[in-house]
Amino acid sequence: MGKIVFKDISFSYGKNVILKNFNLEVEDGQILCLVGPSGCGKTTLVRCLLGLNKPDTGEIWVGDTCLFSAEKRINVPVERRNIGIVFQDYAVWPHMTVAENVLYPLKKRRVPKDEAFKRAHHALEQVKMVEYANHLPSQLSGGQQQRVAIARALVGDGEVIVMDEPITNLDAKLREQMLLEIREIQRNLGTTIFYITHDQQSALQLCDKMAIMEQDGTLCQLGTDEDIILRPTNRFTFEFIGVSNFIPVVASGAGLGLDAGDSVVPWEGELPAGLSLSAGVELGVRPNDIVFDPESPIKVKVNRCTFLGSEYDYRVTLGTRELRVQQSALDAMQRGTVKAGETTGVRLVNPRYYPAKKEAQSA
Amino acid sequence: MSIGFGKQKDLAALEGRHVSLDGALTILSFVLLLIIVVIPVFMIVYHAFFYQGHFNPELFKTQLLDPKNLGAMWNTVKIAFFVTVFGTIMGVFYAWLLGRSDIPAKGLMRALFSIPYMFPPFLGAMAWKLLLGGRAGYLNKWLWATFGFRMNINSVWGIVFVEISYYFPFVFMQVVSALERMDPTLEECARIAGARQMTVIRKITLPLVLPAISAGALLILITSLAHFGVPSILGFSQGIFTLPTRIFDAIQSAEGSFEGIRQGAALSIMLVVVVSLALIVQKHVLSSGSYDIIKGKSMRPTLIKLRASKLPLLVLSILTLLLIVVVPLVMIFLVALVNGYGNALIPANFTLNNYISVFKAAGTFDSIKNSLFASVVAGIVCMSLGTLIAYVVQKIRPRGKGLLEILSVLPYSIPGTVLAVGVILAWSGSLGVSLYNTIWIIIVAYLARYLSFSMKSSSAALLQVHSSLEEAARTCGASHTESLKDITLPLIRPAMVAGFFLIFLPAMREVTTSILLYGPFTRTLGVQIYAMQDAGSMSEAAALGSVAIVLIFICDTIVKYITKDRKGV
Repeated sequence: MGKIVFKDISFSYGKNVILKNFNLEVEDGQILCLVGPSGCGKTTLVRCLLGLNKPDTGEIWVGDTCLFSAEKRINVPVERRNIGIVFQDYAVWPHMTVAENVLYPLKKRRVPKDEAFKRAHHALEQVKMVEYANHLPSQLSGGQQQRVAIARALVGDGEVIVMDEPITNLDAKLREQMLLEIREIQRNLGTTIFYITHDQQSALQLCDKMAIMEQDGTLCQLGTDEDIILRPTNRFTFEFIGVSNFIPVVASGAGLGLDAGDSVVPWEGELPAGLSLSAGVELGVRPNDIVFDPESPIKVKVNRCTFLGSEYDYRVTLGTRELRVQQSALDAMQRGTVKAGETTGVRLVNPRYYPAKKEAQSA
Repeated sequence: MSIGFGKQKDLAALEGRHVSLDGALTILSFVLLLIIVVIPVFMIVYHAFFYQGHFNPELFKTQLLDPKNLGAMWNTVKIAFFVTVFGTIMGVFYAWLLGRSDIPAKGLMRALFSIPYMFPPFLGAMAWKLLLGGRAGYLNKWLWATFGFRMNINSVWGIVFVEISYYFPFVFMQVVSALERMDPTLEECARIAGARQMTVIRKITLPLVLPAISAGALLILITSLAHFGVPSILGFSQGIFTLPTRIFDAIQSAEGSFEGIRQGAALSIMLVVVVSLALIVQKHVLSSGSYDIIKGKSMRPTLIKLRASKLPLLVLSILTLLLIVVVPLVMIFLVALVNGYGNALIPANFTLNNYISVFKAAGTFDSIKNSLFASVVAGIVCMSLGTLIAYVVQKIRPRGKGLLEILSVLPYSIPGTVLAVGVILAWSGSLGVSLYNTIWIIIVAYLARYLSFSMKSSSAALLQVHSSLEEAARTCGASHTESLKDITLPLIRPAMVAGFFLIFLPAMREVTTSILLYGPFTRTLGVQIYAMQDAGSMSEAAALGSVAIVLIFICDTIVKYITKDRKGV
């Protein structure tokens, strides 16, 4: 019922093209996180879904209902789309109490009073704000106002809730708690949640599926969190969703070599089809995919070692090139840590090859 | 704004057409401004340059070259300049003191500072004339006897002083509300970054409230340029003329002939030119930005500790209040009670005879009734219309919004006297509608005169309502009309109520336009008082003036009580 479909959506402000033939599907009863850097058009897409912006082309469907179609000249007004929204700046109405804020959508949808109160109470319960029902927003903290906004989005019987960076203004602990609560609420209600963020960490915690959007407004990958993390389709995704090391790949004799800055280290690997050394190739590897192994011919010097609780974070140099290495605490317990100043070998597990960027530096 | 528009919008949107609520509001604004503003203004221009259907600039040329008129023009500019500069400084200073510092007795002082709003400036001029006018003024008599000198309020500086004390609240009220709504972290950040208190005020607070300051200063400037009451009471006897008083003089001395009205129209065009130049200069000096300093996230402003300067600043505020509020007020009441103007102000000389004779006089009660009716109607209509136009200009932003803005501010830059002439020319039959000698012709003139007040007030408030608030309501199932009604209107209601006061109170004490528009049965309160003091019956004028003050004060209290709301934003 609550499946969201964006089909060929284009949108531009004057000559400034934000979205071009954008396609995306959010499956019913799932949480899809749309992740992308600031300014890539995430909010514009949300506004199109809500009916606040009118796309130039394409169609938008929620379930069996066509909300917008440029071709069929359909444009359902905002108020009839029945989509819950949590705005980035909360948009809690300052002249209404918490209870009035949450009751408002029910009032507008002509829900009988008794039921409305019950549902509003339930929504407030879910965000743990019942005792603040008669407060004005000015008497609440930012996090509390945020919860009111979420309760307001939950209270309608909409099949779809959109959250546009709803937890950016909360502290880390509260953020984690909110994410768990959103997840919990979604499980109870079975709503489809379309969650917009630029923070891949919270996306990972929350989502069933993740969609990565590039700076120019194109969708570069859609998949489960494992897909995205383990099998990023391109360099942008790889770089965007986590810390990454890049090492240029060069020819070394008959085989390949890693450019260490001052020398070339032989590398036994194979380039995937479609990449050629002449255009420049880089090897990307995650810090936790670099494993210390004294036997390995790839020698690095350890500069610094920081204990981060669940893992050790190393800065090492391969020739003149700095790399980040992470060793889980468990691994460190079994095999011991490496001290700063030591030289040891490393193995690169699960390497990925990407076309080189102009300035090849690890992100 | 009827529900009908909302339904139209929904249907239109479904069918993919473009006639929307926004469009309807835009068109409505243009039509209403055409009727209220454009037609009278057009009539003035037409009659200044056309005579019996032919273009004839002779009249304009002779008026422009008349040295008497040039002198009046110079006086107008000089007075308005000083009033604006000092009034703005004073308004901003006290707004900051009462809005953001920890000075004691804020509530009381704020109430007292809003008194100049209610107090008719021409009554203030009268009070100061009673104190410092020539040899007869009470204070002058004492000064002469004690120190051997006297002050003369019947001068350009006297006019400037009296106008400042009545016009600085324009800036004060605007800035106080902007300050109270400002996000305090903006200031705190600067403090933390190492700026000192004074630097924060200069570099952060002032620039952020600049739109409010600029709006208030603009009001002072055009009000002062077009002001009639104070210069007419203090200036006439000394031959000091400003353009508005010159126009009145020209029309009066022509004794109602059409030639006099045309002369006034030509002079008013000179004044409009002066005002336009002033506006251009002001636009360059103060470029007003627009900031959303209130968002959906609510703020709690922090107060700044004055420490050692608390006491001196408190004393300064009290002295200011005494000088601009208490002294004129007390003076009017005392002179109203004394048994003859010039007699000592001691209880032995007090009598109620002045009041008795005022209320025995024909038309006193009618004038009160007329003023109340005209002011309430004008206040309500202007409030709605001003908010409508402000919404169109700020939120819908159609093509031609600049024109809308100019049209709604334009009438205030036209002196009330000439606006009255325009209204007479337009609505006394020549266009098929005759309102002459009815109260409605006065109301129509009030609408045009005061529209910009409510427009500016609602505009400033709308700027601070972030658009996500209305959008959130739309997604909750509210139609465009409902989101206006449930969200935007309640949020700007304090500003709308302020807008109503900005119109109701000055309209209650209005003299300038009424004095040319009243008919046998439509004298207003201001006209009645003005006529009495013009005839030299100072004590009676003071008596009726004191009645007017009490009346305005009661109205103010009642309306404030009615509109009091637990959810002020």
